[in-house]
Amino acid sequence: MAIPISYNIRNLKLRKGLTIMTALGIALTVTTAVFLLALLAGLQKAFMASGDPLNVLVMRKGSTAELSGGFDADLFPTLKTLPGIAQDRDGQPIASGEWVVVVVLPRKDGTGEVNVSVRGMMPAGLTLRPGAKLVEGRWFTPGQREVVVGHSIHNRFSGANVGDTLDFAKGQWKVVGVFNSGGTAYDSEIWGDVNQIAADFDRQGGYASVYLRATDPVAADALKHRVSDDQRLKLEGTLETEYYEKQTSSGGAIKFIGMVVAIIMAIGSSFAAMNTMYAAVAYRSKEIATLRIIGFSRPSILTSFVIESLLLSLLGAAVGIVLMLPFNGMSTGIGNSLTFSETVFSLHLTWGVAMTAVVFAMIMGLLGGFAPAWHASRQDILTSLRA
Amino acid sequence: MSIPRLLLYPQGERKFGIGCPSQGIFLSTDGVRIRMTLTRFVTKSAFRNRRRSILTVLSITFSLLLLTLMMTIWRGFYIDKGSAQSAQRLITRHRVSLTQNLPVYYREKMRTVPGVVAVAPTQWFGGLYKDEKPENFFAQFGTDPAEIFKVMTDFKIPGDQLAAWQRDQAGCVVDSELAKKFGWKIGDRIVLQGTIFPVNLELTIRGIFIAPQPSITVYFNQKYVEEAVSWAKGRSGTFNILADSPDNVTKVAAGVDAMFHNSPEPTKTESEKAFQLSFINSLGNVKAFILSICFAVLFATLLVSANTMAMSIRERTREVAVLKTLGFTRQTILRLYVGEAIIVALVGGVLGCLLAIGLVTGLANAPGMGFFFLGMKVTIPTFLLAIFIAGLVGFLSAILPAYHAAKLDIVEGLRYIG
Repeated sequence: MAIPISYNIRNLKLRKGLTIMTALGIALTVTTAVFLLALLAGLQKAFMASGDPLNVLVMRKGSTAELSGGFDADLFPTLKTLPGIAQDRDGQPIASGEWVVVVVLPRKDGTGEVNVSVRGMMPAGLTLRPGAKLVEGRWFTPGQREVVVGHSIHNRFSGANVGDTLDFAKGQWKVVGVFNSGGTAYDSEIWGDVNQIAADFDRQGGYASVYLRATDPVAADALKHRVSDDQRLKLEGTLETEYYEKQTSSGGAIKFIGMVVAIIMAIGSSFAAMNTMYAAVAYRSKEIATLRIIGFSRPSILTSFVIESLLLSLLGAAVGIVLMLPFNGMSTGIGNSLTFSETVFSLHLTWGVAMTAVVFAMIMGLLGGFAPAWHASRQDILTSLRA
Repeated sequence: MSIPRLLLYPQGERKFGIGCPSQGIFLSTDGVRIRMTLTRFVTKSAFRNRRRSILTVLSITFSLLLLTLMMTIWRGFYIDKGSAQSAQRLITRHRVSLTQNLPVYYREKMRTVPGVVAVAPTQWFGGLYKDEKPENFFAQFGTDPAEIFKVMTDFKIPGDQLAAWQRDQAGCVVDSELAKKFGWKIGDRIVLQGTIFPVNLELTIRGIFIAPQPSITVYFNQKYVEEAVSWAKGRSGTFNILADSPDNVTKVAAGVDAMFHNSPEPTKTESEKAFQLSFINSLGNVKAFILSICFAVLFATLLVSANTMAMSIRERTREVAVLKTLGFTRQTILRLYVGEAIIVALVGGVLGCLLAIGLVTGLANAPGMGFFFLGMKVTIPTFLLAIFIAGLVGFLSAILPAYHAAKLDIVEGLRYIG
């Protein structure tokens, strides 16, 4: 017969101080783990959501990022007339030749300078990024020294409001709008007219990349292969989604350190939980003996103490997740080794993260609770009663 | 004459002995005489419940392991960088950003700035070695073989190897740690596949240099790239400058930047250390990240330790009453218990530090780890700081329960059943 769970709950309540202290210890471990997981989830989101499955990115063969090198502008008309490219309202193929450059801007809070990506694009560049919505002001006008800023840039840098001017490259740029692409990597970019940007950075006569908008995913895949397989072009097509997937790897170091930290902390907390459970068993040795005399079996005592330890860790997990809540949505920047610039992402407490945290805490509880519970179930009845 | 103080000595769970520390005599219940001092009493009490003490020690061990690891990473990032010679060096880049190149003729102009001893151009190549895996990533710079080692004065290379490199335009020199990692020898050929520059470099290793700290760098002759890629001609990403003294670094930086201030391509010059820090900052807010982990770990350790001390002191309520009956003062009792907690925490601290040393060494040499941990090690100050923190945690955790024990009412204590 099983011992009712209410027995365990009452016991935890009885030794309130001990329960709270142990649960807090577990909670801190869970908070740290959740923090790291949320960081990774946010990072994943920033990069994963950035690509549009219909967009094909064309770069020079051998280039790994839009930043590295470029190719001749003469190739653009050839690319534009490839089959499978979607057309805009005027019947023009949606294709945009672009430059991505890096500039240094001072942070709003005065904590130094940060590299920021500036993207020069053709008007079609806006059409092929329907995810980016204007929040304030208007889009830039081609032929003008005007830029629109991503919403993370708007929040993090001074002089990035509509009507302000940003000072980079050969002079001043007027900020005419703010856009939001829903937490993707674009939110950390500044967009302007490709010719203006190329002129300022002495890069006329070519493009670093060309974006092509396919009519459907199948056409996108065909387009990608068509570009890559054409020996004369010496270019390589990639789906935009694939391109950003690759950039997620810049979170590798965080991921590794995060795992090490979470595991080491969990081991430490398991020992602490084990201590508490051993104490719980020691305090109750007479009680356990009595339970045995009444007729509860060894397995049911084992189960009961393991359950008590699990309850303790679940309490810890709950507190840990609650402690994490104020950090949810907090944003931070991460440097990207491919683009040399900062991408902003926010901590993202998903259900998946919360569930992982609960499982993580339960493993700690199980590890910490099993040995003491085993010990309790193996106690000699007579000795325990005499003690 | 003062009355010799009697001392209670715990033997196992429930047995006690009685002794007189001032005479160094102790008689246990089973009649064996042992020398007894206060220190011994504390050590004995700390480990009388062996299982609990071991669990607490292990718990603290893992926390301190993490703390030491974090402090080592912090040190590697923010404190460790740079030898004495490094403090004498500067790096000049394009004012707009690192990805803009500067004209190579700036080099000769820079020489005229007072305080400049040597200038070498360095161009980041960013090529792939073998594949895109991060563990195969290292720094590759095109430079001028005639001058680079005059700037990097703390990089040691045998004279004949340097001469051999200067003669071979398709030659390169590699960092000794890098050579060890990839098993390179002089005369080996390596191929770097260009990503920024559309050229694949086929280089022969002509020399191996030893840097004060692993630099994970390969230097080759920039002429090789310039001859293959027309737009790379006459341009350089950065210039490394050696100043005549560390005190002149700021002056040289201002001098160089002032010289090009009104040109179409202005520069930004900063000390080597500041330049490196800007890279670390681009990793995201590492400082806050490490600090918050450290605080979480510390607080968790404090909780664990305080929890154990509270449990173990509560268990000994009756014993405390006996001690007091025997004439022990509050202060002594306070000291006994605080000392006990400190000993447990210190044992955990030392174990944690030793584990951390093993872990850092293991990670630094592990295959596939990239270069994150390369050159990092747990230094003696870090070690001492970690142990001090462990002791402090022990002290703080015991203060409250020990204080309660010290002011315990004797009669109440004797009545305590547990």
